[in-house]
Amino acid sequence: MPQVTLTVNGKSHTVEVEARTLLVELLREKLRLTGTHVGCDTSQCGACVVQMNGDSVKSCTTLALQAEGATVTTIEGLAKADGTLHPMQEAFREYHALQCGFCTPGMVMSAIDLVEKHPQGLSEHEIREGLEGNLCRCTGYHNIVKAIGAAQEVMHGRSATLAPAHAAE
Amino acid sequence: MNAPVVFEGIGASPKRKEDLRFLSGRGNYTDDINRPDQTYAVMLRSPHAHAAIRGIDTAAAAAMPGVVAIYTGAEMVVGSLPCGWLIHNKDGSPMNEPGHPPLAQGKVRHVGDIVAVVIAETRPQARDAAEAIAVDYEVLGAATSMAAALAPGAPLLHEGAPGNVCYDWHIGDLAVNQAAFAQAKHVVHFELVNNRLIPNAMEPRAAIGDYDRTTDQHTLYTTSQNPHVIRLLMGAFVLQIPEHKLRVVAPDVGGGFGSKIFHYAEEAIVTWAAARINRPIKWTADRTESFMSDAHGRDHVTKAKLALAADGKFLGLHVSTTANMGAYLSTFATSVPTYLSATLLAGVYTTPTIYAEVKAVFTNTVPVDAYRGAGRPEATFLLERLVDIAAKQTGIDKLELRRRNFIPADAFPYQTPVALQYDSGDYQSTLAQALKTADWDGFEARRKAAAAQGKLRGIGISTYIEACGIAPSAVAGALGARAGLYEVGAIRVHPTGSVSVLTGTHSHGQGHETTLAQLVTDRFGIPLSQVDIVHGDTDRVPFGMGTYGSRSLAVGGSAMVKAMDKIVLKARRIAAHLMEASVDDVEFDRGTFRVAGTDKTKAWGEIALTAYVPHNYPIEEIEPGLDETAFYDPKNFTYPGGCHICEVEIDPDTGAIEVINFTAVDDVGRVINPMIVEGQVQGGIAQGIGQALLETCSYDADGQLLSGSFMDYTMPRADDVGTLSVATHETLCTHNPLGVKGCGEVGAIGSPPAVINAVVDALRDYGVTHVEMPATPAKLWHIINSGRQLAAE
Ligand code: FES
Ligand code: FES
Repeated sequence: MPQVTLTVNGKSHTVEVEARTLLVELLREKLRLTGTHVGCDTSQCGACVVQMNGDSVKSCTTLALQAEGATVTTIEGLAKADGTLHPMQEAFREYHALQCGFCTPGMVMSAIDLVEKHPQGLSEHEIREGLEGNLCRCTGYHNIVKAIGAAQEVMHGRSATLAPAHAAE
Repeated sequence: MNAPVVFEGIGASPKRKEDLRFLSGRGNYTDDINRPDQTYAVMLRSPHAHAAIRGIDTAAAAAMPGVVAIYTGAEMVVGSLPCGWLIHNKDGSPMNEPGHPPLAQGKVRHVGDIVAVVIAETRPQARDAAEAIAVDYEVLGAATSMAAALAPGAPLLHEGAPGNVCYDWHIGDLAVNQAAFAQAKHVVHFELVNNRLIPNAMEPRAAIGDYDRTTDQHTLYTTSQNPHVIRLLMGAFVLQIPEHKLRVVAPDVGGGFGSKIFHYAEEAIVTWAAARINRPIKWTADRTESFMSDAHGRDHVTKAKLALAADGKFLGLHVSTTANMGAYLSTFATSVPTYLSATLLAGVYTTPTIYAEVKAVFTNTVPVDAYRGAGRPEATFLLERLVDIAAKQTGIDKLELRRRNFIPADAFPYQTPVALQYDSGDYQSTLAQALKTADWDGFEARRKAAAAQGKLRGIGISTYIEACGIAPSAVAGALGARAGLYEVGAIRVHPTGSVSVLTGTHSHGQGHETTLAQLVTDRFGIPLSQVDIVHGDTDRVPFGMGTYGSRSLAVGGSAMVKAMDKIVLKARRIAAHLMEASVDDVEFDRGTFRVAGTDKTKAWGEIALTAYVPHNYPIEEIEPGLDETAFYDPKNFTYPGGCHICEVEIDPDTGAIEVINFTAVDDVGRVINPMIVEGQVQGGIAQGIGQALLETCSYDADGQLLSGSFMDYTMPRADDVGTLSVATHETLCTHNPLGVKGCGEVGAIGSPPAVINAVVDALRDYGVTHVEMPATPAKLWHIINSGRQLAAE
């Protein structure tokens, strides 16, 4: 069986895979990193999004062998070692941007990439368009969009702390 | 223990307790669970909508690498997947109730029906082997639509259901109803389709069967909203496993919306097969399987007429519906178009007579069952469209027509002609609040501004009610329910005063771990961090009925209140003993026991410790421990209601439609956590907008599912749903101790007619009275374009 060597959340792994093994299967089944989810089989839902070499990718549509030598970050690798959350994680919590949590890992990973690639800032409309590849059946997106809007201010250093959500907003 | 510094009780919006694990990738969904020595199952599903199975050759598949076992209906001969609600025909006879074997017995009845299960060491091996099974099908004619199934000479799905009819049911007094129509000044006729939907919770269904031969213990991990119900249905009816030998665990579940209420074939298959091979078996649906095996929703075709007096007062309503059951009866399918829909046809109006009849039909499609709102969105859509059409036909303003017919705020309790008795509501107020928030009066100016940009702008309203908090057991039982519908709450106060709550409800996104904990915080005065909610495991939680019909707080929360009452009573007796006072003199308020009128107090933690270290204790009178269980059976349904207003803009050149503003004012009773209520309503509205503008399940005449993937079935995405303005207006439920009504479904119930009313309003110059859902750009463009041609001719 072919082997693939990759770094996931800062740790190097060498894993035997089949040629047809998907990156998401490697993460979930070989490395037991079950935070990355599978919500579809047509590359439509984004539940499987991870960062690979600094870009967000759908790990359900990436072969494990394509990740040879790659640096991968999953939802498990976002918080600091002391447990401090990434500003995007913090914003999702603050803005109630998750309900069942199933879309959340992919949503957070996509959102981080979206914000990182737009240092000039994103409007609400741009955030909504940027989330085209991620489905959420629970939230109606309203709070996800708000969370991303607030997180980008912190991520780009325009604000030291996350703007608090107001329940009656 | 100190009282919380920040108030976290009823009415507060603390951040959710469950979020940290979900945001860290530490959720524990069924597919995340792996059992030692686990195998993988793949279901071989029928590619045909209707076929006789002449033979199944598994020899080649069985010889493939990694294959552990293959089973077909020949091996798995077990009980039928049961239907939980018996409906009677007009003549009093019981409905036709054909069997539903987990593995097909000689015949398949929809694309996706399971023919065989392949179990192998790995999932790819199981998949490869499934492809090597040769099934000899004799393809039969399919009846995919209800019209085709009811046509003379239609292919017959079940021997036990002549004419493909499940039941022909009615409610109301037809003679009284006809008399009302004879008196009418106006009669408004309306025919509509309530489009079939595919629920698509983001987590696909999954199930793991596990068996311990040494103890004869079966365990099923499953994506369920109600693990006890699954244990009861599967244990008692399908596999005959007694409850004490069957544990059902529903861990974190990634959304349900009704689709994970039902007992599915795969659950029985992995449980049964795990015992045969004496190894754990995991099955996880891929999305393609979800589309063809999760119960679908809605799918009603309805003819209605409304009788009005000259002043616009509603005199009578007559409704005839045919409802699609799909190929088999799913767990609660039969109740949806009847007792969950026809009983809601009074809406918020004083219509004195209502007659409704429902014919339920078998077709060669996936079974249809409850989907967010379940019956109530269908009733609401019909009514709120009908009222708008009546307004147009009579020339009475649509707001005025609603106001004239509202049940007044002082008329509660209000008995409707269709069985329900509403306990509270204030429809004029929710309407007024929504009109103000949506700036209804400023709409004409906005319409003009849009027109100047070449856009067609429309505004639509719906004033709705629903019945949830399911359900008073005796009432439901009298109507055909085959189960009780109470809920359980067990409160364990630990020796140091922290609390575990065992609830029979199940959270799959609703945030129960937070909201239910707030009830305890509020009552006992301990911080939220000291309270944990345990749910989803039949070995840990007493028998409860689960989560659906917006019942968790109204029924499950009320059970917790009863259990907390018992705890407070016992704790007061302990405190009285310690303070040498009489129990009647000991007051309890959020963490402190006080002898009335004195400064003698005892703290919560001290009483808890005393209960478990009973050295100085009234041991002759009361037992040690502080642990109480209560079951709560509701006295009535709860009746959330409200007003939704939608504003849309259509581009006449392309048919593209945008929801510009959406305003909801909902009366969900007392609000425990406003942040969570808002989220629930927003999510429901997005699904309602999805039904109105985007989603529809479609089959071709041969029974092939055309909308079988996210490429073909349009799910709402972030740029399809705009900003949602959501507010509440509280009138309290009068019959449960919390005054709560339920908020999980209101968004999906109130919103579709508001959206379509807005679409029809936007198209006011094009001569349309109705647009069937979903109002897609193609459909709108055709309407606008043919309107233009008419104008040009
Ligand atoms: S699982 Fe990757 S896009 Fe759906
Ligand atoms: S939170 Fe459930 S799908 Fe997004």
